[in-house]
Amino acid sequence: MNPTEVMEPAKTEVKKKYKVIGTRPIRHDGVDKVTGRAVYGADVQLPGMLHGKVLRSPHAHALIKSINTEKAEALYGVKAVMTAADFPDAGSRTANLGELGEVPLKPMCDNVMASDKAVYHGHAVAAVAATSPHIAEEALKLIEVEYEVLPPVLDVVKAMDEDSPLLHEDLYTDELGEKSSRPSNVASHSRHVKGDVSQGFAEADHVLEREYRCATVHQGYIEPHAATAMWNPDGYLTMWVTTQGAFAVRTAVHQILDIPVSRLKVIPTEIGGGFGGKIPVYGEPVAAVLSRKARRPVKVVMDRTEVFLATGPTSGSYVKLKMGVTNEGRITAAETMLAYEAGGYPGSIVALGGICMFAPYNIDHTTIDMYDVVVNKPKTAAYRAPGAPNSEFAVECMLDEFCQILDMDPMEIRLKNGAKEGDIQSHGIPHPRIGCIETTEAARDCEHYQTPLEGPNRGRGVASGYWVNAGLTSSVTARLNGDGTVTLQEGSTDIGGTRTSIAMQLAEVLGIPVEDVVPSVVDTDSVGYTEVTGGSRVTFATGWAAYNAGQAIKSQLIEQAAEVWKVDKDQVTLADGVITTTNGDSRSMTIKELAANLSQKGIDVGSRETVTPQNHGGAYATHVVDVEVDPDTGKVTILRYTAVQDAGRAIHPSYVEGQMQGGVVQGIGWALNEEYFYNEEGNLMNASFLDYRMPTSLDLPMIETIIVEVPNPGHPYGVRGVGEVPIVPPQAAISNAIARAVGVRLGDLPMSPQTVVKALAAKS
Amino acid sequence: MQAFDYVAPKSLSEAVSLLEQKGERARVLSGGTDLIVQVRENRRDVDLIVDGKKIAELMELSFDPQSGLTLGACVPCVRFYEDAQISQLYPGLNDAAQLIGGTQIQNRASFGGNLCNSSPAADSIPALIAHSAVCLIAGSGGTHTVAVEDFCTAPGRNVLGPKELLVSFHVPPPPRNFGAHYLRFIPRNEMDIAVVGCGASLEMESDLRTVKKARVSLGAVAPTPLLVAEAAAALEGRELDDSAIEQAAAAARAAARPITDMRGTEEYRVHLAGVLTRRALEKSLERAKED
Repeated sequence: MNPTEVMEPAKTEVKKKYKVIGTRPIRHDGVDKVTGRAVYGADVQLPGMLHGKVLRSPHAHALIKSINTEKAEALYGVKAVMTAADFPDAGSRTANLGELGEVPLKPMCDNVMASDKAVYHGHAVAAVAATSPHIAEEALKLIEVEYEVLPPVLDVVKAMDEDSPLLHEDLYTDELGEKSSRPSNVASHSRHVKGDVSQGFAEADHVLEREYRCATVHQGYIEPHAATAMWNPDGYLTMWVTTQGAFAVRTAVHQILDIPVSRLKVIPTEIGGGFGGKIPVYGEPVAAVLSRKARRPVKVVMDRTEVFLATGPTSGSYVKLKMGVTNEGRITAAETMLAYEAGGYPGSIVALGGICMFAPYNIDHTTIDMYDVVVNKPKTAAYRAPGAPNSEFAVECMLDEFCQILDMDPMEIRLKNGAKEGDIQSHGIPHPRIGCIETTEAARDCEHYQTPLEGPNRGRGVASGYWVNAGLTSSVTARLNGDGTVTLQEGSTDIGGTRTSIAMQLAEVLGIPVEDVVPSVVDTDSVGYTEVTGGSRVTFATGWAAYNAGQAIKSQLIEQAAEVWKVDKDQVTLADGVITTTNGDSRSMTIKELAANLSQKGIDVGSRETVTPQNHGGAYATHVVDVEVDPDTGKVTILRYTAVQDAGRAIHPSYVEGQMQGGVVQGIGWALNEEYFYNEEGNLMNASFLDYRMPTSLDLPMIETIIVEVPNPGHPYGVRGVGEVPIVPPQAAISNAIARAVGVRLGDLPMSPQTVVKALAAKS
Repeated sequence: MQAFDYVAPKSLSEAVSLLEQKGERARVLSGGTDLIVQVRENRRDVDLIVDGKKIAELMELSFDPQSGLTLGACVPCVRFYEDAQISQLYPGLNDAAQLIGGTQIQNRASFGGNLCNSSPAADSIPALIAHSAVCLIAGSGGTHTVAVEDFCTAPGRNVLGPKELLVSFHVPPPPRNFGAHYLRFIPRNEMDIAVVGCGASLEMESDLRTVKKARVSLGAVAPTPLLVAEAAAALEGRELDDSAIEQAAAAARAAARPITDMRGTEEYRVHLAGVLTRRALEKSLERAKED
């Protein structure tokens, strides 16, 4: 059986015949990666390079009274030691986070290295550069830090209590735009109101109110963070970094170290996964300062424990949800309170949790209250559809409960309330053309859903999900070579095969094979400004820049051919890699022939493109999962899983499927076993892949995928971002499946075996 | 990681004399799947690593119908389970050998190393106890024996003196109508440490219904792996029916005194001790009937 099919809803326009788009070429970077030749962050080697290691706080919450580095500096082989005192004073400087506005710089600096207070177990407090990593490790043991240990704040709800210990004495709540009168762990409270929920609940026949919790979870990318810095005596700093955004690293290092952007070049290496966690900087400014002090290149590579301790998990959360439905299954109102952990410093992604929460449904009356709360855990970072899984989990679980109350099919309630173009979302913005209904219909009609599930302790769960996606700025530079191939330089680091999916869009415009496009990811001096690889935006936005570059090259080629043939350029066309006249004289030449001609004449054909497209269009997914529960041990086995998703246009269907499968797998891990496990002192006890239990291939069936294509009118080829939404539905789909298998509803993640056993015992 | 010396002695006496010189600062290396990781991660500080794999007695794997199995301390799991004759005679040990790590780990990891690492959650220890294995220990004063259930004293600690090493296990030949099983519970299907492990063995009367002799052992429910004598007492001389199995499971739950940690709560581990005891006994009976 082919586990994949591409469905074209009958309602949309007839599919155009594409030559390149929709095919499955081999990726340009494939050979390097399967032969181990690709250079990742930790592979960078420079002459005279030193190895940096970071000393981390053993306490979750402690004042740093003093740091003595003398003994470490004296150890043979140690070339530099640094603390936060080596960073320029952040003072009242601010960092510009683009759409998020100006934020104080000090928390960003303090997260890289604590100055006066450690606010999570594993918080960096000092660093050493030495001639070998072992010497650097030994030197860390010689650094003396005097701490005053404070009580840790680990629970997002307790952190909001007025009498909770405070992480930051100077943090006041931004309370609906007003500054609160006393300091608090609540950094902000914001609200979206649509309609009038009291009216909506009055219209309801059934009202449920429940609480849902998500544990803190990590992105779990396979490659640990790694940064190498070479700070020349002339003041020029070069960095090799595994990152989702070379320009984002450049901006952050420029801000933290207060050096001009023009003195800083960031060279992105290959990247072994990020999922949002490789957007912030950690070891990058540390490597730079150590290099400046040692006057030699310094490489700082984290081990897995450091990755868990000190890099971005996503928010653990508390969600309170009240929803009402009529006997016919129409959702009349929804009221919710979202409290998201920000980690040690403000800035969780609760706002996106709020925006996405009800987006699959058209609900007249909604109120959403969002709280950003600091706790003694690592500063949270983005994680695949950041914020959305936590909030949508609640909605999707509750809808399933309503289905059982109403004896209604889970697909029916979703279709009955499904969001359509023009519906006003809970934050007041109307939906553009979306594929919510088409996706749900495809899930309803798929072979999996139509096949009955039999056997004891087995259940089928359904859930939908939405992710907003992103546009943002992307740049490419394209140049025609003398042999007719096109060199394509791009600023987007390639995580999901985007070199090829971007190149395919340029190839489509010119009608040439994608193998004739030579894509490469280049440094910050070599291409225009490009935002991070994130928000499912690269195939959409950077692909658009490549499309524009293709169009520019196409018109230049037409002009040049017209020049060669001495005809008007309106009488020349380019299709399928061949330039022809349209005036009836039947002249033609291939791009390769023209390229050779132009090359001889010294005529350069190429283009530099920067785009900031706005209409990225949201992504929808509906998932179906069958589980079997072992009632004695509580272990949940995934028997079968089908993910259905609107891709707009699947440029490279294999990559779309890969994204869908990867998102599902991370969602399954989040659902069943993954969690940050802290002891009472706030120490993270499971900072390894052994005890932080991500699923392995042996825990999963083949994830079946169905791609639905409802083209996004905001993109020349109809592309929508596909990478993030597949992580949204699995948690609720599995909870719903467990409920139908053994009759217990689990609203707290993870639904680990012991929680299932506990719930079963409580039921009987 | 600090620098250390490595020696691979060819004889037991040479190994003992190295241990005598270095005492606590020396550590015997078997497969290294625990030791090398501990040293590299600064969790264990040593001056000398003494590799046991060049010593004949530590690499012996043999079976004699009268005296039973001799299993050298450094014999890797793969040698055990690829020996069809021996592995079939000791099904509980075979279960454990195939559960420890993946294929690459099993190529190196040994029963001896697993025991000497003395983790309460070690997979091979409850299986060794179920099979009534005895340790042969060598030191400057000669050799002596200790039953496996008496070997571990606390997490990471055991009866070995600083100048002693484990040479081999000696396991009695299986009697007629015998079956054994080891199983563990892990939340995933691989790459995990037992939340609870359970080894069991049954020697049945010729009617294949009455229990002649039983042994039940638990891992990860106490500071050391446990031999649960009360579970055996609940079974011996009785017909192995549901109520007998439930009594044995209850004895296992009563014997369990686990901690709560990231691998499971105290309550859940007590519960699992009962579930796994039942499953281990049922599988042992099935094997005894096939015997």
